[in-house]
Amino acid sequence: MRTLAERVAAAAAERTVGQRLGAAFGAAWPLAIGIAIAVVLQTAVAPALGDYHARVLLDAGIAILVASSLNIVNGFAGQFSIGHAGFMLLGGYAAAVVTYYGSIKLWGSPLVHGGFLGSGDWLFLGACVIGGLVAAVAGLVVGLPSLRLRGDYLAIVTLGFGEICRVVVQLSADVVPAAEVGDRSIVELANNVGGALGFSPPPPTYVSPTPWLGGTGHAGIFFVFALVAVVLIVAHRLKRSSGGRALLAVRENEIAAEAMGIDTSRAKVVAFVLAAFFAGIGGALYAHEFGVTLGPKDLGFQKSIDLVIIVVLGGMGSISGVVLSATILTILPELFREFAQYRMPIYALALIVVMILRPQGLLGVKELWELSIWGRLWRRLRGRSA
Amino acid sequence: MTTLLQTLVSALSLGSVYALIALGYTLVYGVLRFINFAHSDVFTLGAWSAVSVAGAIGWSVTGGGHFALPVVLAASMAICAVVGVTIEALAYRPLRRAPRLNVLITAIGVSLLMQNVGQLRWAFGPTPTASPRLMTDHTVTTLAGVRIGTVDVAIVELAVMLMLCLEVLVYRTRLGRAMRAVSFDERTASLMGINVNRVVSITFAIGSALAAAAGVIYTMKYPTVGQPADATWILLGLKAFIAAVVGGIGNVRGAVAGAMMIAGLEKFGAAYVSSRMENVYVFAVLILVLLLRPSGLFGRAVVEKV
Repeated sequence: MRTLAERVAAAAAERTVGQRLGAAFGAAWPLAIGIAIAVVLQTAVAPALGDYHARVLLDAGIAILVASSLNIVNGFAGQFSIGHAGFMLLGGYAAAVVTYYGSIKLWGSPLVHGGFLGSGDWLFLGACVIGGLVAAVAGLVVGLPSLRLRGDYLAIVTLGFGEICRVVVQLSADVVPAAEVGDRSIVELANNVGGALGFSPPPPTYVSPTPWLGGTGHAGIFFVFALVAVVLIVAHRLKRSSGGRALLAVRENEIAAEAMGIDTSRAKVVAFVLAAFFAGIGGALYAHEFGVTLGPKDLGFQKSIDLVIIVVLGGMGSISGVVLSATILTILPELFREFAQYRMPIYALALIVVMILRPQGLLGVKELWELSIWGRLWRRLRGRSA
Repeated sequence: MTTLLQTLVSALSLGSVYALIALGYTLVYGVLRFINFAHSDVFTLGAWSAVSVAGAIGWSVTGGGHFALPVVLAASMAICAVVGVTIEALAYRPLRRAPRLNVLITAIGVSLLMQNVGQLRWAFGPTPTASPRLMTDHTVTTLAGVRIGTVDVAIVELAVMLMLCLEVLVYRTRLGRAMRAVSFDERTASLMGINVNRVVSITFAIGSALAAAAGVIYTMKYPTVGQPADATWILLGLKAFIAAVVGGIGNVRGAVAGAMMIAGLEKFGAAYVSSRMENVYVFAVLILVLLLRPSGLFGRAVVEKV
């Protein structure tokens, strides 16, 4: 028996340089395409759309990111979480503490610092990762009860978690203005996040849809959609990997999955931690968005429910379905502003009707390109031309 | 001593509200094995029905003498019972054999629907309103500086009366026996000639009527009624649900005990430790109970069969 390290080394030695380059490129090209799309959205699409529609695009990006993260735990693993906004809240506040107080410590002012991919942007990206990590730790804490609880009870625990997050933030002290920070450490300042009224003065607005306006972030749409690409690629590769199939098996039948040798506890906790990590990043993006006051109210139960609606309508487990529904559900309320009061009743009704008529969500686990309608359409078109 | 007594009085009336709501959760869980997320909204509907009925008759300001409370209570309970039965028939019955996740999402959908339709302008509207005065609040006695009014006494009396009625219904009547049979084993019960759909409908009617009573009690105790989608309703409903879980969901007596414990914890914690953390205590207790004794303090453990 060879050890794992020996086997990996042997496998690596057997592959030629070309094969290795090919493998590396094969793994990297979806990300490259995603980043290219993000660049195009930022430099060409957003200016063409104008600032209002660019803002909607930005919101859609964040919604796609966070809903996709919920899709990992809710769609893939079938663990129902209705406290997902709690992870956003934790990630958002952690990142805001890092950028706000970090900027003051480094550059003496809580404003956007440096040019595109300058030192300020790197601090912001680092803050996103820190936000994700803080949320991931919380995901571990919430994921552990999921080992003992199913369905309804787990939903309540996640709901309770979201509420506790909100209450704890509400109890925090006021934000310390730049002039009074002095030499207090960031850990010490982590409690000064503004309480119930929100984080004010706000953290630097690195995520702005309008980089052509002075004084705000440079590449908000680029950052958001580059991270969306990362999340979508991770979700896609997870779904196709043996780990992801294990999650789907847990969702379909936990006892059967366990009988087939799947470590269900591990699978569930991994799903929670991963989902929380990405939700934390989504929260960090949201926290630095131009025009958003980061407050505990906006990341409460209602936000969690909005995310659940996106995932359920898109199809629990369908990555492309969730992207589609996140986009549509962000744009629709903008189109029908005068019917704003009917938005939630209609969503609620849609939720009930979908559950009764199509219990797997509109797309189920299928991706958009896997639908049988394409084949039928293709046959019909061919039949007509023949 | 004053603080202790004051806290005890407020814990008792809050506990009565929780207990009446928790009974609805527990009854429905008993027969259908699912958590009716929309139950807290039926409670809200109960409170708002009381406001509307009292307003329509013209009792909201003047008070309606001895008849106000019984009439409003009966009307509100009837409205909620009808709504509860309708919800079950339209939203839950088609999903009787569906996976639990679907039922749960549907229940959340129903809850959202009720909240958001409730705050439409042609329904109850998006603003809070003053509670109707259903009875005059005389001072019954003053103990160590704590005033105990007729309202406090009436609330506890009403709650205890309703709970006793339920106790008799569940443990002493044919219908109650049918409910317990469905709860024990739905298929066998239906083979024994019990009309399961009818029992489920009646269970929803009873649970919803109790929630309505809780809503009426709420309007008696508190001066304003928040708008239908207000966070206070969601929290109240949640805490009542937690009470049902702590007492062992599906267990009628456990729900009452759990409700009193949760109300006591919340009020005493607020009075003696920190008032801003009262919700945190309750959720912390929920998580502890679920981790250490998932079937609740008075529930029996269920082994999952393959």
